[in-house]
Amino acid sequence: MTTTSLTSSRGAGRAGDKVFSGAALAAGCLILAVLFGVALFLVIQAIPAFTAPAADIQGGEGFFAYIWPIVIGTLIAAIIALAIATPVSIGVALFISHFAPRGLASGLGYVIDLLAAIPSVVYGAWGAAFLAPQISPAYGWLAANMGWLPIFQGPASATGKTILTAGIVLSVMVIPIITSLSREIFLQTPKLHEEAALALGATRWEMIKMSVLPFARPGIISAVMLGLGRALGETMAVALVLSSGALTASLIQSGNQTIAAEIALNFPEASGLKVSTLIAAGLVLFVITLAVNMIARWIISRHKEFSGAN
Amino acid sequence: MSKRIDVKDLNVYYGNFLAVEDVSINIEAKSVTAFIGPSGCGKSTFLRTLNRMHEVLPGARVEGEVLLDGDNLYGPGVDPVTVRSQIGMVFQRPNPFPTMSIRDNVLAGVKLNNQKISKGEADALVERSLRGANLWNEVKDRLEKPGSGLSGGQQQRLCIARAIAVEPQVILMDEPCSALDPISTLAVEDLINELKDQYTVVIVTHNMQQAARVSDKTAFFNIAGTGKPGKLIEFAETSTIFNNPSQNATEDYVSGRFG
Repeated sequence: MTTTSLTSSRGAGRAGDKVFSGAALAAGCLILAVLFGVALFLVIQAIPAFTAPAADIQGGEGFFAYIWPIVIGTLIAAIIALAIATPVSIGVALFISHFAPRGLASGLGYVIDLLAAIPSVVYGAWGAAFLAPQISPAYGWLAANMGWLPIFQGPASATGKTILTAGIVLSVMVIPIITSLSREIFLQTPKLHEEAALALGATRWEMIKMSVLPFARPGIISAVMLGLGRALGETMAVALVLSSGALTASLIQSGNQTIAAEIALNFPEASGLKVSTLIAAGLVLFVITLAVNMIARWIISRHKEFSGAN
Repeated sequence: MSKRIDVKDLNVYYGNFLAVEDVSINIEAKSVTAFIGPSGCGKSTFLRTLNRMHEVLPGARVEGEVLLDGDNLYGPGVDPVTVRSQIGMVFQRPNPFPTMSIRDNVLAGVKLNNQKISKGEADALVERSLRGANLWNEVKDRLEKPGSGLSGGQQQRLCIARAIAVEPQVILMDEPCSALDPISTLAVEDLINELKDQYTVVIVTHNMQQAARVSDKTAFFNIAGTGKPGKLIEFAETSTIFNNPSQNATEDYVSGRFG
């Protein structure tokens, strides 16, 4: 039997450790570098739009007069999309994870995942060619019966190509993201906690309220944020569905515009200052997305003590 | 506020597999009954059938009767949710709700059964339940902190406090000390001794000294071999089971000669 001294070490194992930690570090740095590079590019290219005389910017009233209506339009479309997609997605995910019989659950999960694989241009075409004409009578009804609300003020768009339609199409695109992430998290709820609730005399829904949803809360927020990222940045579907125009409070008239669609529609024919303006719009979208993600992180970290991770 | 349980000819199945065969047992009110036996003999499975928690497992079902003071738990129209609110359960690993404070953990079951409870009543109930679980002095200054921040033994006593807060008739304990150190185990065993003044307690344990220390009566379960159903071999006063068992298998097991 040979004696092994404490100072000798297995060379190969150490080398493997070093390679792995180096690779992990490089991957981490690469993400930061890419993010920084994108931010730098956006800022440098956007500077002319901020410094140019107000009259030269599209609209003739300066960059901020140009950007704020489409910022609001972007947020309106994203909020509509999330307001529809979040409850539907959580409901579907809960059905798959806790209510559906096993055979149905896996089939349904597969179908939901397939929804995410459909290209956004197809969603856009579907929204413009099918959904918009089908839904425009409903807009007429809303204008007639709920027109006293500013968001449903008439006259309703005859084509149905409105920001509400765009929001609905976006919600359909966002549902698979939120659903599949939420479902994974619901399935990870510790059996112990579910049994704790059931043993206290909880019904299935009460068990979900007591153990599954609190456990999944940070994950649901992350899933919604990923969905929001897609809704904010989606270009083709909005460009195809929305008949854009000036900012209007009414969701059922044509009008409004989102940043991503504005860039996509104008970029091919833009030159000079117009390019800078569009890139500056991209920078604004970048900042909005970043801010939304940081707010989400903050919401999650607020309850860290109670997360169950300790 | 405690009821007896009478089990008649109970078979437990997982799908088509017979897991526990033909158990009949009478569990007295206000006593501690221990189930002992080798791993896989079906004692935990059988324990779960006493408050229908086995129904959580896919494919599990029973044949036979479990009577709680004469009312069949498996009778037509009996809701498992009602059964479980009367027959509480404490699990092998402590499982306080991690997203709730200590106080909210204690109140979790009460809020299910009785939605409206004033703050004063709730405070009194929290104190009474935590005192009942010998935990009040350790946590009274941090009731709003998460339950998951307690030690394992404290968490297990918190789970017991949560179970007794709903004032059940019976408390089932599935190896409640197997994840605890000896000091915490002692605290839980002392608690079990106090609980039997008010509740019917049924405890599954792998630790024969524990069964000898805490229980009034002991049931020995055994299994003939892999794939065979678990059976109740002997049920008697704890002192009889450990000192003068009538079955050879029981004697082999309690004396450590078991293969």
